[in-house]
Amino acid sequence: MNFNNIKIAAIAVLISLTAYNCSNDDDAMETSGPDFSGSYTQEDQMARPAINTVFVSTGNKDAFNATVPSNQGAAFQSAFQSKLLALNAGYTTNALGMDAATFTGALATDVLTVTLDGKTTFFDGTNVLTGRALADDVIDTELLLIFGGPMGADNGGVTSDNVDTNDKPFSTSFPYLAAPHQ
Amino acid sequence: MKKSKILLGAAVIAVAGFFTIAADHIDAPAVTGGANDITDFYAFQGQNTDNIVFVANVQGLLSPTATQNAKFDENTMLEINIDTDGDAIEDLVIQATSRNGKMYFFGPVAPAQTGMSSTIRTMATASSVDITPAGTNAIVATNAGMNFFAGPRDDPFFFDFDQFNAILAGDADGFNNPGTDKFKGTNVMSVVVEVPKSMIGGTGSINSWVESKRKQ
Repeated sequence: MNFNNIKIAAIAVLISLTAYNCSNDDDAMETSGPDFSGSYTQEDQMARPAINTVFVSTGNKDAFNATVPSNQGAAFQSAFQSKLLALNAGYTTNALGMDAATFTGALATDVLTVTLDGKTTFFDGTNVLTGRALADDVIDTELLLIFGGPMGADNGGVTSDNVDTNDKPFSTSFPYLAAPHQ
Repeated sequence: MKKSKILLGAAVIAVAGFFTIAADHIDAPAVTGGANDITDFYAFQGQNTDNIVFVANVQGLLSPTATQNAKFDENTMLEINIDTDGDAIEDLVIQATSRNGKMYFFGPVAPAQTGMSSTIRTMATASSVDITPAGTNAIVATNAGMNFFAGPRDDPFFFDFDQFNAILAGDADGFNNPGTDKFKGTNVMSVVVEVPKSMIGGTGSINSWVESKRKQ
């Protein structure tokens, strides 16, 4: 009986030691792991290239970045239209057949549409706004839509910047972007 | 003559501080030049055509020297937003934030709440990758069919930004041919994540955008 009592006591001690050690380990993991708690508030936002820089007036740039996309159209379409017509007073429609209100309405809601069913490109001559690939000449596309008129043939001197490729080739495999300059 | 009038009108706007630096580099006073200033966002089909690749770049126009010491801000979360039903409201997010040399990823997962404020969805699929130091080969991590990278890269953006400004200022009639890439020789801090299409809607189209959010 004495022996059994000793064994029971020993087991009890072992269990408590083990339990203590377990909780001790848990505490250590919690204090040494990264802290992901707290609330994070939006400061910058972007989808299509150069939308904020081109179409949002100086005083509204922070406000645009701090507006969720579903509210951007109502808040900024009319200002975008004024900006478009100030840039190109002769704007009628563009190569996508969009008049000024339609075009700026599409632009003001700053999201990038991406197809899950095929080629992803900003514009490749056939597909329009199905994504944005690294090599896409997005500036030429935007210049053409702003200045090029309904046939893309107007204002030839300002519809391409004649920089058609990146300064380093992209990789065909992950992470795709070129190594940094050293 | 017609073109000159357009350019004259544009010049007036330029004087008012119209065009800073594209694509979204240094776009607004509150974020300009900071660690949370988004420079560019890309979304394209991966080498494996069952996948979509998202690229979020911050901290534009880093010189090679500045790149050596460039770091992601640990109080900033980059959040890739995915709208699967066409209402421009996020249905899924992929969150990325750095801690002690690693970039941690959560998602794709439904956000706790949509809109301006977020909490980090630590209950979602969690992945991480060591941030690649300047001057070493890209470190890539893989988890649950996704690929992850974080670190300095060549800025993939290209644009004759200076000539564009000259046109707007009325100092030039048009672009030069060939043009001069303002972003040649500069780096950005890049976050790249490749996800199976099946995790973000499967088929059809999504709307996507990236936000930088600061811990309050």
